[in-house]
Amino acid sequence: MKVSFRINNTVQTIHTDDGETPLLWIIRDVLNLKGTKFGCGRSACGACTIHVDGQAVRSCSFPVVLAEGRTITTIEGLGTPDDPHPVQKAWIDEIVPQCGYCQPGFMMATAALLNNNPIPSDEDIDNSISNICRCATYYRMRKAIHRAAQLQSESNDNK
Amino acid sequence: MGKKTISRRKFIVRGALGTIGVLAVGTYVFRNPLRRKALQLVDTLDSLYVGNISDPMLWFEITKKNTVVLHSPKVEMGQGVFTGLAQIAADELEVGMDQINVVHASTDSGNIDGISTGGSLSISSLWYPLRELAAVTREVIKAEAAKKFGTVISQLQVSNGIIHFKGMSMSYAEIMAGVKKWELPKETPVLKELKDYKFIGKPIPRIDLQDKVFGKPLFGMDAEMPEMLYGAVVRPNRIGAIFVEADTAQAESMPGVVKIITQRDFVGVVAKSYMQAENAKHAIKVKWKVSRKWQSEDIEDMLKVGRGSSQVIQVKGNVEDSFSEGDDVVTMEFKSPIGAHAQIEPNGVVASVEKDRAIIIISTQVVSITRKEVAKSLGFKEDQVNVIPTHLGGGFGRRLHTPHAVQAALMSRAVAKPVKYFFNRQEEFQNDMFRPPTHHILRGKLKHDGLIETIEHQFSSGDVAHNSAFIPNSALPVIGTDFGAVRGAYIRYSRIPNQRVKAWHVDLPFATSWWRGLGLLANTFAIESFMDELAIKSGLDPVEFRLRQINDDAAGTRLKAVIKAAAEASGYTDEVINNSAMGLAASVDTGTPCAQVAEVSIVDNEIKVHKVTCALDPGVAVNPDQVKAQCEGAIIMGLSASLYERMYVKDGALQPTMYGPYNMALMRHAPKEIDVILLQGIDKPGPVGEPPLGPVAAAIGNALRRLTGKRANSLPLTVV
Repeated sequence: MKVSFRINNTVQTIHTDDGETPLLWIIRDVLNLKGTKFGCGRSACGACTIHVDGQAVRSCSFPVVLAEGRTITTIEGLGTPDDPHPVQKAWIDEIVPQCGYCQPGFMMATAALLNNNPIPSDEDIDNSISNICRCATYYRMRKAIHRAAQLQSESNDNK
Repeated sequence: MGKKTISRRKFIVRGALGTIGVLAVGTYVFRNPLRRKALQLVDTLDSLYVGNISDPMLWFEITKKNTVVLHSPKVEMGQGVFTGLAQIAADELEVGMDQINVVHASTDSGNIDGISTGGSLSISSLWYPLRELAAVTREVIKAEAAKKFGTVISQLQVSNGIIHFKGMSMSYAEIMAGVKKWELPKETPVLKELKDYKFIGKPIPRIDLQDKVFGKPLFGMDAEMPEMLYGAVVRPNRIGAIFVEADTAQAESMPGVVKIITQRDFVGVVAKSYMQAENAKHAIKVKWKVSRKWQSEDIEDMLKVGRGSSQVIQVKGNVEDSFSEGDDVVTMEFKSPIGAHAQIEPNGVVASVEKDRAIIIISTQVVSITRKEVAKSLGFKEDQVNVIPTHLGGGFGRRLHTPHAVQAALMSRAVAKPVKYFFNRQEEFQNDMFRPPTHHILRGKLKHDGLIETIEHQFSSGDVAHNSAFIPNSALPVIGTDFGAVRGAYIRYSRIPNQRVKAWHVDLPFATSWWRGLGLLANTFAIESFMDELAIKSGLDPVEFRLRQINDDAAGTRLKAVIKAAAEASGYTDEVINNSAMGLAASVDTGTPCAQVAEVSIVDNEIKVHKVTCALDPGVAVNPDQVKAQCEGAIIMGLSASLYERMYVKDGALQPTMYGPYNMALMRHAPKEIDVILLQGIDKPGPVGEPPLGPVAAAIGNALRRLTGKRANSLPLTVV
C-alpha cells in the first residue's frame, strides 16, 4: 500500500504492508526523523505529539493510512536554530529541558495550543497540556508557554 | 589540599582516540590515585570517583579549530552534568564556554567511570580531579608556548585558548600542532581561587539546550546502525514466573520475522521492523510456571517492622531506659508504596556483534558494568566490547541495571546483524526495578522545655543497594545494612540525647532497587511527619521546635540555616489563611541539607500544592540555574510520589502498567510557584540531584495536618 503526505514541507510517499502501523514508526524508522519520541504507544504520555493539519496528534496511535493527503509537522519542521518557532525560542529563554526526551512532544502540543488559543490562561494550559515529563520540568514549561504566547503575539503585531 | 611533588614521566605518543585533527596530551601522574581514594573515603565530604584522574589525554582533545572536546565518563541524564563539567574544565583550561564541547566517553576511549553515574556525586566527585587535569593541560601548553616564543611561562598571558606574548599570539591548537614530546610541569599547578573563576558559579545556559529544543537524535532510542533489525523479547507478567516452554510456530511465519531465538531464560524475536517484531512477539505462546499468586496484602504483611533481619544503624544515649520511665511516649506508624521509575525513554539498546567484536549503543548509568556483562555473555574479553553511551531520556536509577544489553547482543549474534531492542511501556512497568515499599514506626518522648528527650526510628524496606549490579552477593554480609534503604533514615537532630535508628530488611518476591534518593523520600516523610507531631504536642511552632533540637556544630549550623531560610522566605506561619496552610520539613541527604515549606489547600476534596519554598545548601553551586532546575524537578517528582503514585500487586501481577492508571503529576498538578534559595555553607560543591527530593512529602503532609487536624500517615497522601 502507498501513502502520500506532506511532512515538514516535503511530499513523501511511503510503502507499507500494514496500514495500521502507527505513523510514529514511519516518521522515526522510515523517514528517519528521530525528534518525535516513543514513550508509551497508548496516547498516554504525549512524547510522540506531532501536528496533522495543524492539530496536535499523538502519532503512536495514529494509523499511517489516515495520513493520506494530510499535512504533517514534526519538531524538525517547527523551527530551526536560525529561525526558531516562538515556542522553541521561549523554551531556550527559560532553559526548560532537563533530559529532553519528552520536550519535542510538549513543544508540539504547546504550538498547537497557541494556534487555537493565542493567549492561554493558566487554566487553559492546565486543561490542554496533558503530556508527561518525568524530570518534572512543568514549572519552567508554564513560564515558557506564557512567554511563547507573548513572543508569538509580538511577532504577529510586527507583521 | 596540600601541595605534592609529582612524578614525571616520559611522554608517550598514543593514538588520538580515533578522531582526526586531535592533539594528544601527555600521560601525567600528578597524584597517587589510590591515596586520593583512601583520603576520600576518610573525608566523608569528598565524594569518591572511581576512574582515571591522572591522564589528561583521556579527558581532553584540542581540535584544529582550537576547541576542546571533553570526554565525559559521567552520562547526561538531564541533571546538567555536561554543562557543569564544561564550566569546571573551561575555567582551568582558560578557554571560553563556546570553545568547549562535551561528549560521552565510550569504553574504547578508556575514560570510563568504574561504578556508575548516580548518587548525586558526579560534580562533587570530579571537583578536584577535573580542575587539576585541566590546569595541568593548560600548563603543558604554556610550557610549549614559552619555548616557541623564546621566553618563560611567567611572561605569557592566556585567554580564550590563545597565548599572548609581546604583541604576538598563538592558539592552543597552533602551539600543540606537531608536538610529539613536552615537559611536564614540575609541580601540580595551583588551582585558582573560587572568586577568580569566570564560569564556575554562573547560571550559564545548559550546553545541550539547542540540541534538545530542536529535537536532535541524542538518545539511545534514536541510535541506528547499518542493516539494523529490530528485536523483541517475551517477558513474564507475573511475579516469580519461570519459563517452561514456548510455542513459536505462528510467530515464525509472520511478516518480517527473521528469526526466533529461544535461550535458557528468554524468547526473542528479530524482525525487519519494530511493529513486526512486536506483533510476532504477541503471537508467541509462552507457558510460565507461577508458584504463588502474590497480592498487595502479602507484601504489606512481609514488610512490617519486626520481620526480616535488622541492624541498628545509629545509636546514642539510652533509648530503652528513657522510654520505660513514664507513660508519655508518642508512637506513630508510616507507610510508603511501591514506586515506578516511569522514565519516558524506555530501556533500549542497539547491539552489533561480529566474530570477535561487539558494539553496544545504550542509554545506561552503568557503562563499565554493561561492558562486563555483555563480554561475559558472549565469551569475549572486555576490550572486545565497545559500549557507547548516549544521552539518557531520564535515569532516576532505572538505568543502573541493563541486562537487556546482553539480550540484544545474543539476538545480534544469532542473526549476524545489528539489532535494536527496547521495552514497550507495559514491559517497563512490569519489569521495573521498583522503589521498595516501606513501613516505619517512630517513638519519641518530649521533655518540658520543648526539647526531645528520646527518639527512635525503625523502618523496614526491600532491597535498594543489595540488589545491585555493582555489589556481588558475596559482599552483602560484609556490607550488612542496605546502604540505599538507609538514605534519609538517620536522625539529624543532634541535640536529642537518646536516639536510635534500626533498619529492617526484607527479601521481597519482586525486584526493587535504586529510585532517585533511594530511601530518602519515605524515610524523611516518616521522620519529619513525626517531628511535626511532636512540635504540635510541644506547643512550639515547628520552625523553633526543630531549631532547638540541633547542635551548633558544622552540620547542625548548615541544617539550621536552611530551615531558617525556608521559613523566612516563605513567611512561614502555623495559621490557616484563606483555607491554605503551610507545612515545613527538612532533611540532610549525602551531606546536603534542604528545607521546604509547602503551601497547600484542599479543592474539591483534592490536595492542591500552590507554592513550594526550598532552601538548599549544596556548597558551591557550579551552575546555580541548573541546581535550581534540579530542585524544581525534584520537588514536582516528589509531589507526584507524595500525592499520586502507587504500584500494587494483584493476582501475582504488578499493576498498573500504563501512564494514566499509574497516576503521575501533570502540568495541572505542579505548583505555580517554586522559590529556591541556595546557601553556600561549604567551599566546594556537594550533591544536588537527590537531596531536594527529601522534604517534599512531609512538607505537604504537615500542611495537610494543619488544614484538617488529622495526620495522613501513608503515601500517597489523601484527605483523611
